[in-house]
Amino acid sequence: MVTIENLHKKFGKNQVLSGVDLSISEGGIFAVLGPNGSGKTTLIKSVLGMVIPDKGTITVLGENIKKNSEYRHKIDYLPQIANFPSNLRVKELIKMIKDLRKPTNEDERLIDLFKLKPFLDKKLGNLSGGTKQKVNLVLTFMFDSPLVILDEPTTGLDPISLIRLKDLIKAEKAKGKTILITSHIMSFVEEISDEIVFILEGKIYFKGTIQKLKTKTNQPDFEHAIASILTDNHA
Amino acid sequence: MRSRWSYVYFAFYLLLGVVLLFLNNDLSKAVITLMNVIIVLVPLIGTIFGVMYYYNSQEFTELLLAQPIKRSSIFLGQYLGVALSLSMSLILGLGIPFVFYGLFESSAIWDFSLLLITGTFLTLIFTALAFNIALSNENKIKGFGYAILLWLFLAVIYDGLFLMTLIFFEDYPLDKVSLIGTMLNPIDLSRTLILLKLDISALLGYTGAVFKQFFGTSFGLIVSFVMLTVWVVMPVLRIIFKSKKKDF
Repeated sequence: MVTIENLHKKFGKNQVLSGVDLSISEGGIFAVLGPNGSGKTTLIKSVLGMVIPDKGTITVLGENIKKNSEYRHKIDYLPQIANFPSNLRVKELIKMIKDLRKPTNEDERLIDLFKLKPFLDKKLGNLSGGTKQKVNLVLTFMFDSPLVILDEPTTGLDPISLIRLKDLIKAEKAKGKTILITSHIMSFVEEISDEIVFILEGKIYFKGTIQKLKTKTNQPDFEHAIASILTDNHA
Repeated sequence: MRSRWSYVYFAFYLLLGVVLLFLNNDLSKAVITLMNVIIVLVPLIGTIFGVMYYYNSQEFTELLLAQPIKRSSIFLGQYLGVALSLSMSLILGLGIPFVFYGLFESSAIWDFSLLLITGTFLTLIFTALAFNIALSNENKIKGFGYAILLWLFLAVIYDGLFLMTLIFFEDYPLDKVSLIGTMLNPIDLSRTLILLKLDISALLGYTGAVFKQFFGTSFGLIVSFVMLTVWVVMPVLRIIFKSKKKDF
């Protein structure tokens, strides 16, 4: 599905990714974890072509992504912070993105699901953080793409929306999609992900199931397993 | 946001055109006054709008980048959106009052068209330069500063330096140098082009005669337009090149 070979990226003097090798197979939920500033977002943005890597190759569904934009038809991306043009209305934004990609009717179901009907005529600049995130989710999930990338999907969501989001992600997985998630909420990751990828200092430190991580670190629960990696490497 | 400001800009030119015609009561004189305004103002507006638009739509750009669209189309689309709407405001805003005043029956039509053409060129050039500066500077304040400095340099300081050079080397034959110096600055180039077309080159003295010999011919006119086109194409190419390498 996604293959990353020897990926390097530097921002100024700050080496963010130094030789990431990762291959993600088709189907299932993969969580990308790591401390703040470890390069999770950079990795994801490289896959999307928003960040141009210094070195290394990335292939998505067999296509090399360099100098290519067509492959993005097969990716749904949820950005970390929902930065929308503040003078647009929710309805206009949804329509515009549909015009850019392809017609879909999924949006109505998602608008109902997240109870966004009363906000459709409001301007995006006037929405609360959580509501913006819901709009963000609608925009992401309304296209039926085989690869879904979610950068911190839980930010600002209330408990009910969080449950709905989990159901939504599980439903997408059931359709056989590949889903990449980054999150700092360990309980969320533990509940939904099949495999985790742990990034530390610009490299892949661990890749495998949660069970494997627990045995590797000798910790009984997931949160402590992650914490032990961090303390071992920073102490 | 963008459309609202281009309406204001349009209204401004409309008003300017009407007032000038009313005060001058003569088409050719109004054209001369307009030239002085356009030469300075058009680049300034192009620069400011270009930078402002780029920074304002940054979030939107990021949204678009994750969609299946080519980077060059995103940025060229934005550039053309700003530059063309500014040009339209200029052409319509000035064109409407002049047409009502009876432009088509007057002899000033060619001068006026030249004025609008150079105005459009200046808009395209300075919006492109502004986009270049904004693309290279993440910091908004810096970007704005550089853009204003660029405008100030080309509109005011360049002339000063140019004049100083001419005075300093006055013992040497300078017609070639001054010709080239004029060609290298789009604002100067436009100004000379219009001045000579307006047949007031006698004001320019000896240099004016040399200039007249060059710019007055169709060869000079073609070379000038080629230069203006180069001034548009170069920054636009850099927009494409730069946008392909930028991280978001």
